[in-house]
Amino acid sequence: MQFTRDFSHYVRAAGEGLQHIDLAVEGVHCAGCMAKIERGLSAIPDVTLARVNLTDRRVALEWKEGTLDPARFIDRLAELGYKAYPYETESAEATEVAESRFLLRCLGVAAFATMNVMMLSIPVWSGNVSDMLPEQRDFFHWLSALIALPAAAYAGQPFFRSAWRALSSKTTNMDVPISIGVCVALGMSVVETIHHAEHAYFDAAIMLLTFLLVGRFLDQNMRRRTRAVAGNLAALKAETAAKFVGPDEISQVPVAAIHPGDIVLLRPGERCAVDGTVIEGRSEIDQSPITGETLYVTAGRGTPVYAGSMNISGTLRVRVSAASEATLLAEITRLLDNALQARSRYMRLADRASRLYAPVVHATALITILSWVIAGASWHDAIVTGVAVLIITCPCALGLAIPTVQTVASGAMFKAGVLLNSGDAIERLAEADHIIFDKTGTLTLPDLDVINAADIPADIFELAGRLALSSHHPVAAAVTQAAGARSPVVGAVEEAGQGVRATVDGIEIRLGRPSFCGAEGLVGLTDDLDPEASIVAFSKGSAKFILSVRQGLRPDAQAVIAALKARNVGIEILSGDHEAAVRAAAHALGIPEWRAGVTPADKIARIEELEKRGAKVLMVGDGMNDAPSLAAAHVSMSPISAAHLSQATADHVFLGRPLAPVVAAIDSARKALHLMRQNLWLAILYNVLAVPVAISGVVTPLIAAAAMSGSSILVMVNSLRARGNSRESL
Amino acid sequence: MEILVILVPLALMLGLAGLAGFLWSLRSGQYDDLDGAAWRAIADDEPPQEAPAKR
Repeated sequence: MQFTRDFSHYVRAAGEGLQHIDLAVEGVHCAGCMAKIERGLSAIPDVTLARVNLTDRRVALEWKEGTLDPARFIDRLAELGYKAYPYETESAEATEVAESRFLLRCLGVAAFATMNVMMLSIPVWSGNVSDMLPEQRDFFHWLSALIALPAAAYAGQPFFRSAWRALSSKTTNMDVPISIGVCVALGMSVVETIHHAEHAYFDAAIMLLTFLLVGRFLDQNMRRRTRAVAGNLAALKAETAAKFVGPDEISQVPVAAIHPGDIVLLRPGERCAVDGTVIEGRSEIDQSPITGETLYVTAGRGTPVYAGSMNISGTLRVRVSAASEATLLAEITRLLDNALQARSRYMRLADRASRLYAPVVHATALITILSWVIAGASWHDAIVTGVAVLIITCPCALGLAIPTVQTVASGAMFKAGVLLNSGDAIERLAEADHIIFDKTGTLTLPDLDVINAADIPADIFELAGRLALSSHHPVAAAVTQAAGARSPVVGAVEEAGQGVRATVDGIEIRLGRPSFCGAEGLVGLTDDLDPEASIVAFSKGSAKFILSVRQGLRPDAQAVIAALKARNVGIEILSGDHEAAVRAAAHALGIPEWRAGVTPADKIARIEELEKRGAKVLMVGDGMNDAPSLAAAHVSMSPISAAHLSQATADHVFLGRPLAPVVAAIDSARKALHLMRQNLWLAILYNVLAVPVAISGVVTPLIAAAAMSGSSILVMVNSLRARGNSRESL
Repeated sequence: MEILVILVPLALMLGLAGLAGFLWSLRSGQYDDLDGAAWRAIADDEPPQEAPAKR
């Protein structure tokens, strides 16, 4: 059978006889890398463009059509020392990028208008106390209107749209009082200008929009950055499948290019990238990423296999029922839908604040108008005073209070290795007081490891690792990795289902089943080994050794659990795995509360039970069976190795092998929530001071502008404190 | 004070020119890679055959 790599799915025509591809590259972090990659790739003949994007860690390549195979770029980058893989922009990321650009455009327009209106306002303010002629003042006011009205109509779109959406679904959000405030301020200013009045508030209205757009843009940028990183990580997983393109011909294609009905080959040691049904072959498969169960399942003709499961022993032909974006077991889908509905009932801190805020402010303005009329003022003066109240209380600081903290805190989390999927996840994480861990792939590492490596002489272990290079078995791969072996033993022979053997310096060495190496006697002797570990034997001449291979606990799991306990958080394990395995892990970590053999529905039931008691549950899990409970919990987290679906449902995704990001994320979230509350109090304090001044009717546009920018800057500066030393040791 | 009739529109024109410049730079993708652009400014001798970004 013949193998080829086919990346044509990712290649786009760039016009003028050029072709274009985007690659996600790992490990690009400095100017040196950038120059090295660009020069290395430009040196290939017929390449017309090689440009690194250091922010997104990607390379854009263009070359003359039909001259080069994209696989060559990936090989070239591998020679330079970078792992790369074609990248396809997901629709979610494309939307974020478009939205981000739109906000930046709005911000540019608003900032331009603010600067120019200010330029016109300052002469009016200073002219009012000196010798400005009323005609000159009117001229400046009309010019201000000319700039501010179109600019506000354009730059206010994000707020107006959101407010309209909220109102038409009969709810309210922060954008409703913002939109009302801006429109009323602009409308009144136009009327005042027509009547040659002394004060107009064009500057205050447009400045408000500028400050709020800064907050909005920061918030959006944080989400865009998360998407880009998550997109790269997904691409670099380089999920491919061996697809039959002829009866006996195989092409290694990216999963994105596989369609239902295709037939793929699943070799031993390969992770399945699609959902499908076995049509030929027999094997054992490891379904632990899907069910959490670590015992292998026997697969034969007609057995369904799901994306993420690992093929252990035999070769299988699989007919694809759904490609990468898995359609799952109907049960999981149904549970997930219910859980997601429940989640959407959560109300964000900002919305809760605005729900209280809007009626209070609008009532205050109304009472002000009526009181002044009763006190004998004219309707005109009363309304002007009422509008001044609205302008001065416009939730400028309130609108910035939360997004600025979120942006700074998410930057801190990003550094600690945690990505955010949703903006309000920080608030919810800060409230969590009970953590449920899944075992397989969450507390333990997703890959196998040799756990008794320390008991074996180093030279023997290294030899075993080199011999293991010649086998496709996943257990052998784990031995190779643990031993750090690079050069295979020459002349090694693999006996299917038994093991590998070779002869080195006249001595026969064997690695495989204990019976294959004549080491059955040793297995009974070492009863301290874990019952669920896979046992592999290694023999060199008459010397025999036993290697115990299993999924090890994450290196810092114990320390993390201890740190969480110190933070007064309840901890328990809910796992789909069998009892002995869960008990061993719980015992090793010192977690008294655990349940084994739990189904997805049981997990949700347990979460609901806890939430009924008033606990806020953080669910940390990775398997497909965890997806519904991730969605049901108050807040959720997944490792980056998780199944697609779990990653998409989780609020946070953490990177790398250690579990420490969980603690770091909780710490930053708690600090961030504290700062958000502090910011809201600052904003309220500002209003308490400013509103009486506005009600008394002495507010001039100058006071409004100074108060607004003063409170906004205060809140922004306070937010920066979320960045500080949030990474205390465990 | 009649000079205002010239100076104020002139100031606005300058502001508009700045805005137009900003929108152009946004459209031509100059904010797509801020980290990279910071380093490119101080990088020495780029290979001559390299074409500028087209987006």
